[in-house]
Amino acid sequence: MGMTIAEKIIARAAGVPEVKAGEIHTVTLDRMMSNDGTTHLTIDMYHNKLRHPHIADPSKVVFIVDHNIPAENPKTAAVHKKMRDFARENGIAMYEGKGVCHQLMVENYVCPGELIFGADSHTCSYGALGAFGTGVGCTDFLYGMVTGGSWVMVPETLRFNLHGKLREGVYPRDLILTIIGDIGANGANYKCMEFAGDGAHGLSVNDRFVLCNLAVEAGAKTGIVEPDEKVKEYVESRGRKAEHLFTSDPDAKFLKVYDYDLDKIEPVVACPDFVDNITPLRELPHVDIDEAFLGSCNNGRIDELRVAASILKGRKVKDCVRFIVSPASNEVYLQALREGIIDTLLEAGAMVMNANCSVCWGSCQGVIGENEVLVSTGTRNFKGRAGHKTSKVYLASAAVVTASAVAGYITGPESL
Amino acid sequence: MAQFTGKVWLLGDDIDTDIIIPTEYLALPTVDDMKQYAFSPLRPELAGQIRPGDIIVAGKNFGCGSSREQAPEIIKHLGVACVIAKSYARIFFRNAINNGLLLIECPLHDDLQEGEEITVFPGEKILAGGKSYPISPLPQNLLDILEAGGLVKAMQKRNGLL
Amino acid sequence: MGHTLIEKIIMNNTGLETVSPGQIVTTKVDRVMIHDIFIPFVAEKFKEMGFSKVWDPDKVVLIYDHMVPTSTVEDVRHFQIGDAFAREQGLTHVHRTDGICHQLMPEMGYAAPGQVVFGTDSHTTTYGAVGCFSSGIGYTEMAAILGTGELWVRVPETIRIEINGELPANVSAKDIILRILGDLRADGATYKALEFGGSTVEGLSVASRLTMSNMSVECGAKCALVAPDEKTAAFSKVSMDQIAWIHPDPDAKYEKVLHYNAADLVPVLACPSQVDNIHPVSELVGTKLDEVFIGSCTNGRLEDLAAAAQALESKTVAPGLRLIVTPASRSIYREAVKAGYIETLVKAGAIVTQPGCGLCCGRAGGILAEGETVLATNNRNFLGRMGPSSVKIYLASPATAAASAAAGKIVMPE
Repeated sequence: MGMTIAEKIIARAAGVPEVKAGEIHTVTLDRMMSNDGTTHLTIDMYHNKLRHPHIADPSKVVFIVDHNIPAENPKTAAVHKKMRDFARENGIAMYEGKGVCHQLMVENYVCPGELIFGADSHTCSYGALGAFGTGVGCTDFLYGMVTGGSWVMVPETLRFNLHGKLREGVYPRDLILTIIGDIGANGANYKCMEFAGDGAHGLSVNDRFVLCNLAVEAGAKTGIVEPDEKVKEYVESRGRKAEHLFTSDPDAKFLKVYDYDLDKIEPVVACPDFVDNITPLRELPHVDIDEAFLGSCNNGRIDELRVAASILKGRKVKDCVRFIVSPASNEVYLQALREGIIDTLLEAGAMVMNANCSVCWGSCQGVIGENEVLVSTGTRNFKGRAGHKTSKVYLASAAVVTASAVAGYITGPESL
Repeated sequence: MAQFTGKVWLLGDDIDTDIIIPTEYLALPTVDDMKQYAFSPLRPELAGQIRPGDIIVAGKNFGCGSSREQAPEIIKHLGVACVIAKSYARIFFRNAINNGLLLIECPLHDDLQEGEEITVFPGEKILAGGKSYPISPLPQNLLDILEAGGLVKAMQKRNGLL
Repeated sequence: MGHTLIEKIIMNNTGLETVSPGQIVTTKVDRVMIHDIFIPFVAEKFKEMGFSKVWDPDKVVLIYDHMVPTSTVEDVRHFQIGDAFAREQGLTHVHRTDGICHQLMPEMGYAAPGQVVFGTDSHTTTYGAVGCFSSGIGYTEMAAILGTGELWVRVPETIRIEINGELPANVSAKDIILRILGDLRADGATYKALEFGGSTVEGLSVASRLTMSNMSVECGAKCALVAPDEKTAAFSKVSMDQIAWIHPDPDAKYEKVLHYNAADLVPVLACPSQVDNIHPVSELVGTKLDEVFIGSCTNGRLEDLAAAAQALESKTVAPGLRLIVTPASRSIYREAVKAGYIETLVKAGAIVTQPGCGLCCGRAGGILAEGETVLATNNRNFLGRMGPSSVKIYLASPATAAASAAAGKIVMPE
């Protein structure tokens, strides 16, 4: 009986020849990532709940400060200090202010075929490189850190065959938002979303990141794009090995197969307060905005910054609109710097942040106030996600967010 | 201005505006919301202990630092009758007068114990521990503002609202 | 009888033929600056006083900088009130995301030589560097100015500070002003004007002079002036003819004159938790640091970022230490990008943030945890300013700060 990508990765991690959806397996984890959203809780449990605290393999653990950096109050500063001290004492790699955790993991660690736990829901991003990344809570993370392993239930797979190419002005973000709108916010609960087909292979690694990253917004355990030469190239160009480029067998069992023609996808907006509340941009009524955000692990890479710069060239951000741009990592920032994008952004009146979660996390930078409206390339638009409980968040592509920052209301670049 | 008697709280030299009210509380909606944090970096319990009519006695350069007017406003809102310091920073001085908070320059600090009661005869003298300390009156333009109850009231008078 | 620089500016403003220290005069205000923290209070007091129209909207500058970017939901309320006030009063000089007020005021030409300018911030003394009488006031007085266009001031005594000779290579304007603060003490110039002069001051860039005037409030000064010259004229985009009158008379009467020989100056630090607690850097070499902050209206200008980039060229920030760099304005950020300083700093491991007050005002931008130590280039090291009261804050020049960031501990600037 054939296996899916997710099943092959779990079989490898469990050291067994074959696994089936629904089975529970004990696995060895290839990597664990934890950020300043929750690591302090894990460290507290490590010190207070364990009889013999130790770490199975510190070289597999990565700590990343990206949610509240630079710290905006003594509480978050204390969290960072706790992480820094613990990482130093235990020989754990620590990144602080270098970028959003998932971006740093893909840039520096993730290899195809790996099983990775992250104490953050968007760990599902690593499927961009053909890895199985999934978000866990502190207790699961602590268990993994102490034992080096964990248990997983093998997920069923929803297969998305993508065909053709996205039209000009339509982005992978529009595609994944459309899919989430179609299957619903719980449409992939516990499941793996597997993307394949010529349309998937036509996407760059960065574009695949966008798809996998939002899989959790449909409830998925993970999202994986069938890895190929592009993945191999990306990983090897960074000095890592691409040993396990798993693809689903022809007779693999999928719970359901979806087919999407990419040229039929159009720009969409996720309206408040759910990611699956999708409206085509052309049907959206007039919505004035107070703030626009370009960044996050979903959409803060060089591709999106280029889109923003091309729209902003010769234009100005609307008075009274705060347009906040946060590159996903310092690598992205430096690339943008060399391409003149940072200067274009600054000239147009955008606020350029250090590489971090920024507005997407909603507690440190660009927090929005009472009755304010934000249009964002972030991952979520839940009630109060970006600030005051009366505020509203719309999710859209980098192009729509940038155009909206110029117009002062939600719109696409063609209407400027 | 009539004489008054009050209990003394002693503070040292260079009590800056970040001590009087740290920046992190400046976005709170009202001065009444802020006043519980007065002096918190130095003495977190002090704001809760000060009672209306009490007197703050300090060393030199009281109120140095920022222009934040919440500093004298908070002291006024805590009910402090007056501040007596060896000297004041200038913005704080102007802000205090503009908020109707009486400031007296007098080198009293080193002679007092916290909790002592002293009597102030504004523009004339202070009686403390059996001793009399002379104080000089404020210039007339400042007395006008102080007697109007602060600059807002003085402007209201100018604009015919009072 | 001759007059000092501040006396001349007050005479020019009031039309009085002579003024002397202690005299109370009413000035006609040329420009005011209000920032985001205080705009709600100014607007409220303005209404409460019974005013309805600002005396001259062109003379009012509104700048958001302390809460940019916002870090709490309450911050936005200040913008909402400020925007509403600007709309209602027809204010056009509104800067919402362009940088720190005290950088923008001289940079944009809002504060110019010979003018009288007041701002709702103590570091309004900064503009004295371009020969402007500028001073900080509270929000109630600002509301009264908005209604009347006037403010009473007491003509201050002047302390003249003469600095002559060539500065050692590793000594900057920050070291000079810190040394002066250490000598004058935190209340040494209360109610008074400082007047900087001498060949060293003439040799300083306008940016360096801004650093000195900026920090003069830390010894209580009402204002801190430098007589404008060719550099000032170029910076403020005015002609030499327009500024010819702005200089002290040779027989001006000073309360005192302090003399410094630039060659004797050394890199110094302000140690916790008073700005006048000054020690040579050499005495504190080896003090372990958790964070370094380069920025603020004191030292967030291009030459400061250049000094930092130079110190960090082909180096990296020490492991475990955060280096936070906050350019003082949007235009400085852009110039630093073009000059390659930002690339050098980010490659070295710096966290470069959006221009604004940042860590200096203690609301965000790199707050510290219990027991940590920070070396910063800003203007205040008061207890609790950047985190819990146990945080130790040292103040120093950008060169000292950057070199120390690479070392992970306080070291001499090269």
